[in-house]
Amino acid sequence: MSEKVLMKGNEALAEAAIMAGCRHYLGYPITPQTEIAAYMAKRMPKVDGTFLQAESEIAAINMVIGVAAAGKRAMTSSSSPGISLKGEGLSYLAGCDLPAFVVNVQRGGPGLGGIQPSQSDYFQATRGTSHGDYHMLVLAPDSVQEMVSMTFKGFDLADKYRMTVMLLADGTMGQMMEPVSLDMGEVTQYEKPWAVTGTKCERKQNIVNSLFLKPEELERKNFERYEKYKAVEENEVMYEEYMMEDAEICIVAFGIAARISKNAIDMARAKGIKVGMLRPITLWPFPKKELRAVADKVKSFVSVELSMGQLIEDVRLATECTKPVLLCNRTGGMIMTPEEVLAKIEEANEGGKN
Amino acid sequence: MAVVFEKPKALTDKVFHYCPGCTHGIIHRLVAEVIDELGIQGKTVGIASVGCSVMAYDYFDIDMVQAAHGRAPAVATGVKRANPENIVFTYQGDGDLAAIGTAETVHSAARGENITVIFVNNAIYGMTGGQMAPTSLPGQITQTSPYGRDTSKVGFPLKVCELLSNVDGAAYLERVAVNNVKNVKAAKKAIKKAFTYQTEGKGFSLIEVVSTCPTNWGLAPQKALDWLEENMIPYYPLGVYKDKYAQED
Repeated sequence: MSEKVLMKGNEALAEAAIMAGCRHYLGYPITPQTEIAAYMAKRMPKVDGTFLQAESEIAAINMVIGVAAAGKRAMTSSSSPGISLKGEGLSYLAGCDLPAFVVNVQRGGPGLGGIQPSQSDYFQATRGTSHGDYHMLVLAPDSVQEMVSMTFKGFDLADKYRMTVMLLADGTMGQMMEPVSLDMGEVTQYEKPWAVTGTKCERKQNIVNSLFLKPEELERKNFERYEKYKAVEENEVMYEEYMMEDAEICIVAFGIAARISKNAIDMARAKGIKVGMLRPITLWPFPKKELRAVADKVKSFVSVELSMGQLIEDVRLATECTKPVLLCNRTGGMIMTPEEVLAKIEEANEGGKN
Repeated sequence: MAVVFEKPKALTDKVFHYCPGCTHGIIHRLVAEVIDELGIQGKTVGIASVGCSVMAYDYFDIDMVQAAHGRAPAVATGVKRANPENIVFTYQGDGDLAAIGTAETVHSAARGENITVIFVNNAIYGMTGGQMAPTSLPGQITQTSPYGRDTSKVGFPLKVCELLSNVDGAAYLERVAVNNVKNVKAAKKAIKKAFTYQTEGKGFSLIEVVSTCPTNWGLAPQKALDWLEENMIPYYPLGVYKDKYAQED
């Protein structure tokens, strides 16, 4: 079925998860991602799946751990304050090398914050949400179509690398409606000989565990896990370039900020300003090499983001501070207009500094 | 020569790390004997918690998951929902189950989750060196209640079986002890019934095992058993607190 249907981001994502073979959704209500849970509550019984509303975010992520340990595809979704609560479980998922798919439809913070769109959980998502040395693979869609394709791909990457894949959306991505194709192709099946399914008295016991009291052993585990992360960094970086061929200014933005930036780029181009965009689709692994190469060609960068300046730190790191990086930001649930981005592009064009 | 006593198949050969006189060893054995007798070793999945029994995965010869502190019933829920044909149990202490994991305990019971919970209540945090537990008795001296548990300041112990007996989703709740042969036999019977209920799809069961901690109570093993009898059992009376299917027996 290659024909397109009009769907809301949150619901399209939920359907994509089912198409990816997810039959266990464990969640807890929070705005602005509730449509995912509501959709799953309706759909899961029709596909012999489990929809379970947990007593807390903490319980939900631990149920995900249980399902994942048992070898099945599991997901949970939440929004910023709820993801903070899931932090404990995310660390255990990493420590146990379990695959999981977690959605954060971000809202403004800190604290209870607000319920309007935000990107202020960038640090939380890309730096490891909680304790210990670990990463999640973080996907940032900028359209309802990518909500679908990144969900489908996300489940695959989670199984492939035995790690948590987080889809980092925002209230806009979750709530907006766009035509989407749900034609995603075949689901790749992965063997899971490590899963706790009962030994059937035919094999050695499987233990899913993150406790290693001997420091030598824990260090070895961490080094091994980072070998895996290295492979992810080498193989899984995704990004989109927009009008970068002759660009002298490079916008870096993801999600809804990237959509707005495209409009601003078109406006600036009409004025003769050579501006383009590199849009990271994977926030971790971050397109470091690509941005470093861009830094040799452009005169400055503009980080466009819905936070007080989080993405900008990765841009500076990736470009090794070789060129100025300007910040164009709104926060707390406010969204910049294309005109605001245009003004920042013009400032950069006139030699604006950090 | 006839074999009259042997190690249950559901236990590994690993030597327990538990302190001398600790009753975890007895309770591990009872659970393993029940698994053997029901012939479910190959389909049982255990969930270890955080506390002295954190390394239970080394002792039970079955598939195991080690859960975060207090979250074992949520992890068990996930395992059971993923593969309902598995027999899933948690093994938790009082701090894990009745303090940090209270929500997970109550709500897995409320859902009638078809799992078995083995709750070891020794009225103290053992692994961290003897702090006041949610089940420490009034007046009990611990590292964090050095003048005795003052109920006017820190409140009263939680009686888990009594609490859960009001939860409609719970199928079977019994409090047992392992301080003498008679009680050990009753404990095994209760554990076996709880696992049997799960195989019959009857829902949530919890067996609270009143237990000792000689090391952190500061008592010799025999004295600890006496202390349990004299102080814990009067506060935590043994018996069946709920059995939805009692008439069917």
